[in-house]
Amino acid sequence: MAKIIVVTSGKGGVGKTTTSAAIGTGLALRGHKTIIIDFDVGLRNLDLIMGCERRVVYDFVNVINGESNLKQTMIKDKRVENLFILPASQTRDKDALSQEGVKRVLDELADDFEYIICDSPAGIEKGALMALYFADEAIVVTNPEVSSVRDSDRILGILQSKSRRAEEGLEPVKEHLVITRYNPARVNAGEMLSVADVEDILAIKLLGVIPESEAVLKASNQGEPVILNNESEAGQAYSDAISRLLGEERDHRFLEEQKKGFLKRLLGAK
Amino acid sequence: MSIFDYFIKKDKKNTASVAKERLQIIVAHERSKRQQPDYLPKMQKEILAVIQKYVEIDLDDVNVTLDNNNDCSVLELNITLPENT
Repeated sequence: MAKIIVVTSGKGGVGKTTTSAAIGTGLALRGHKTIIIDFDVGLRNLDLIMGCERRVVYDFVNVINGESNLKQTMIKDKRVENLFILPASQTRDKDALSQEGVKRVLDELADDFEYIICDSPAGIEKGALMALYFADEAIVVTNPEVSSVRDSDRILGILQSKSRRAEEGLEPVKEHLVITRYNPARVNAGEMLSVADVEDILAIKLLGVIPESEAVLKASNQGEPVILNNESEAGQAYSDAISRLLGEERDHRFLEEQKKGFLKRLLGAK
Repeated sequence: MSIFDYFIKKDKKNTASVAKERLQIIVAHERSKRQQPDYLPKMQKEILAVIQKYVEIDLDDVNVTLDNNNDCSVLELNITLPENT
């Protein structure tokens, strides 16, 4: 039986798709058969971040409507074994995702996969509600910034009241916090909320802290999930998060400001 | 420490702690609202309508809160009447 994990945030632009791509790819790298589903109907982007935009033939809504089957629609990643992508539709029909339709697709996938990662759209509209409804676990992506933290708290409230687990009175959705775009230097200068501040307010378990990194934009530019870049801090931080997600203990890294030496500055090391 | 340092320090306000304080307040406020049943705002309006038949008050003068303490729920109704009644 597959574990369904939603990657959500409320606010847009905080790194949901980047995180979905990294977490999905990371799980597949550890040998777990994983599929990442883009729930952002009308504004699909997971395909671009994963670098498979030119291989999209059918999409999630086609499968729901019975216009294609899963086998035709899923895109197998060319770099990582065990990794598949289910792209969102570019239709403008907001009601394209029905609860029964989504359930049917997830049930079919559950027989075949170990992890189903649901990349949620921003907001608290139907697409976001569908993405989180069937989740067993949730990864809440937050920037250390007021509007993002507030929206994350809102999404936590929705997870606790509107998810299938909440409605059916089952064990609650397991919540994980991923803080992205973290800049230790600005935290030290008193200009940015610290990890402890955000943890304090949201009061959920910290899965990972991803430092603000040039590698993330570069990864998106090339359609390569940043976790494949072992040299980057962001890639390593996501890798640590995967370990924690799989139940291993890992210390949090990259929380302290890196003081660059004179020589490093001169040579322009990042 | 010179007198100038004093001014410079003041200028460098720690904005992160301001952010944290503001967030703590708004998040706590929104969480308490979240736990309220859906009928509460409507009930508040209806109570207000009844009172307005007799006394002139504002929606802001009526405060309805519901507290859940384990197995006992307390509905608290707080109405500020105008001074000259």
